[in-house]
Amino acid sequence: MTIKEYKEYVKAHTQKTNEVKTLTLSFIVGGIICTIGQGFLELYKEILPTFDELKIGSLVSVTMIFIGALLTGLGLYDKIGYHAGGGSIVPITGFANSIVAPAMEFNKEGIILGTMAKMFVIAGPIIVSAIVYSVLSGLIFYFIGVI
Amino acid sequence: MRLSRQTFLLTKPVYIASTMSLAGPYEAKGNFKDFFDYVMEDDEFNEKSHELAEIKMQKYVVSKLLMKNNLEYKDIDLYLGGDLINQLTVTSFSAKETNIPYFGVYAACATFAESLIVGCNMLLNMDRVLCITSSHFATAERQYRFPLELGTQPTPASQWTITGSGALILDKTSNNCPKIVAYTIGKIVDLECTDVNNMGMAMAPGAADTIEQHLISRNQSAKDYDLIITGDLGRLGRDTLDYLLKEKNIVATNIINDCGAMIFNKKQKRGQGGSGAGCCSLVFCSYLYKLLLSKDIHRILFVPTGALLSKDSPLQGDTIPGIAHAIEIEV
Repeated sequence: MTIKEYKEYVKAHTQKTNEVKTLTLSFIVGGIICTIGQGFLELYKEILPTFDELKIGSLVSVTMIFIGALLTGLGLYDKIGYHAGGGSIVPITGFANSIVAPAMEFNKEGIILGTMAKMFVIAGPIIVSAIVYSVLSGLIFYFIGVI
Repeated sequence: MRLSRQTFLLTKPVYIASTMSLAGPYEAKGNFKDFFDYVMEDDEFNEKSHELAEIKMQKYVVSKLLMKNNLEYKDIDLYLGGDLINQLTVTSFSAKETNIPYFGVYAACATFAESLIVGCNMLLNMDRVLCITSSHFATAERQYRFPLELGTQPTPASQWTITGSGALILDKTSNNCPKIVAYTIGKIVDLECTDVNNMGMAMAPGAADTIEQHLISRNQSAKDYDLIITGDLGRLGRDTLDYLLKEKNIVATNIINDCGAMIFNKKQKRGQGGSGAGCCSLVFCSYLYKLLLSKDIHRILFVPTGALLSKDSPLQGDTIPGIAHAIEIEV
């Protein structure tokens, strides 16, 4: 059997992800997480009438990050992620999970070279691309403004 | 005696005198729950880290094995083993306090086969050799994949590293025990698989090659065996092996099986099954050895399989080479 034939065999026989199931679950769980976030937004608007929308938005983000980190620490977020996939990775709670999980895992190598150094092994690329894209979009809007 | 470039027949029999197995809590709920000697209550095994837990697992298995046979450390001439963790720290640290001469061997999940083959040869000038491998889900996961608490979703083709350890003693005198008759040293076979979440299919060509070489050199057919059992191909890999063997005109559908595919039951939802250096040693030292002892099966071809990659090699664009060594055991 040649390499090419085997590659074709592997491609044809490897089980595919059941997309109907995974997409449905991630839609539902992602939706629930966002609804909870919206719930906090409405709540904060009620109890903190003097805060403007920007402050309220920040408060909601902080709350959701806290919940994501807490659930990771309690060992529950990986169980949610096992079923929800992208539904629990994409929201900001997933971002918290991606930082807290390696921080916990590499704690054994010490605070500095373990927790601090390895904290961003998963989230690093997200942060780097977020900064790069914001600089790029800033430049684009600057030149549009000049024109 | 050399039968071919890869296959050797043992002129003096080597006996598998005794075995010992320790299974993780999840493995202990699987298909072989009645066969394990000891079961861990939790993954930590009362240790601070999972690495320490795996070291303790090996120490535990060795001490129980020696106790079972009324032996002491000084009665063992060689401690021969391996694991998956970088630089074989688990096995080396486990062997440290025993004061037994020590060899660490590595062939990924086929390490157990390598230790058995090296053990057979070392036994020419020794009396007793201890062969051991272990793996731990949490230590392998952190080294090869992601932190444990990260909410990721496994792909359908992926396998789960098993938590467990198996050890055995080889000697020249236990003539009522199963014996190693011949072995085949495998070649590295790479059909350029690149999916790290589909190891079974990356390793199956290596297993097929080794099994074919062994059968040709020994002038046997698959029917001469009660069981041809591979290490950790998983269900998908086992079916692929069956297909590859048919391509080589070896019909063994009802004879071949796989430790990784058998260890978990379907309800446990462990993808294609188990994997890891401890997978084949755990199954051999519990289920298979007991089947051989009770003479339910008389001759098996034990073919642990390994994927020789590191965490970084696939990222650097390398493919996944597979290897398998075959060991013919009869009773």
